Amino acid sequence: MKHALSTLALLAALSPLSAGAVEYNQVLPAKSSVAFTYQQMGVAVDGQFRKFSGQLSFDPAKPTAARVSFDVELASVDTGAPEGDAEVAGKPWFNTAAFPVARFVSSGVKAIGGNRYEVAGKLTIKGRTQDVIVPATFTAQGTGGVFEGAFTLRRADFSIGEGSWAKFDIVANDVRLKFRIAASGK
Amino acid sequence: MKNHYTATAKSLHWVMAVLIIGLLALGFYMQDLPLSPEKLKLYSWHKWAGVTAFLLVLVRLAWRAGHRPPPLPAGMPKPLQLAAHGGHLALYGLMLAMPLSGWLMSSAKGFQTVWFGLLPIPDLLAKDKALGDLLQNVHATLAVLFVLILVGHVAAALKHHFIDRDDILTRMLPARPTEN
Repeated sequence: MKHALSTLALLAALSPLSAGAVEYNQVLPAKSSVAFTYQQMGVAVDGQFRKFSGQLSFDPAKPTAARVSFDVELASVDTGAPEGDAEVAGKPWFNTAAFPVARFVSSGVKAIGGNRYEVAGKLTIKGRTQDVIVPATFTAQGTGGVFEGAFTLRRADFSIGEGSWAKFDIVANDVRLKFRIAASGK
Repeated sequence: MKNHYTATAKSLHWVMAVLIIGLLALGFYMQDLPLSPEKLKLYSWHKWAGVTAFLLVLVRLAWRAGHRPPPLPAGMPKPLQLAAHGGHLALYGLMLAMPLSGWLMSSAKGFQTVWFGLLPIPDLLAKDKALGDLLQNVHATLAVLFVLILVGHVAAALKHHFIDRDDILTRMLPARPTEN
């Protein structure tokens, strides 16, 4: 009996380390960020989205089984200037009245060595869906973990910036997205 | 006593006159435009021209340090001579303060100045909205002051020409004799 109890205690103590025991599935928005950089007449300008949410399930031992879906509230954009925020919420840009959310849904995850992964999925913005591959790293931190990565999207692929903004001489086509998603484990 | 400006001083004066009047006019015009590609383009041009004006005033100050301008007319009353010197001092001060405040404002607002879209001018300030708004007020207030002092500068030059009938205005014109 005494022997059985100590074995149980040992198992319990070891269990967080055993394969498959930790699954990261709660996005912690307060510790996460979704930022972007774009070029405006040769000038790099930074911005971010303040509101987003996500569902994920990620087990470092079984990365290919991982799934994630992530929503960004486009009206929460911070372009760096109030008049810019109002402008990009409008019809030529995000048209947030009709398309309030940008959504990424993963279709597959590939481990590419170390703590690096490639997350394939569909990105939908403004009613247009594109296949994207998002590189990400995962770092365990305490009881949780942090996913970080960056990828470049072309705003024209999603009709972001129509009409007088459609040319790329003032606002470039490429937009670099950088994310840091903190998640807690269970 | 010699009574003319060097060709270099004249060139700097008139090139900067055109540049500064253009910058002020563009600055007042563009700020109320609704956001558009045109507006962003004008802002970039304004910043490029502002950096250019700042470099030119440095050249001008360096030139002036080595080339004393001709004296004011001997018969000019002392208070007016003081006003003339004070006015010119204010113009030089504003020629420095306008681009500096614009540069710092751009830094604080998070929009770096990149000269002609090629040469990044370092950001001396981190992004700070409150500071950016304050510097915008400084830049705008200095611009109004600049316009007032420029109006005074032009009015004084015209008074010298048409009322005092001296050579203050003509000695800055390209046609008059020059020396280098």
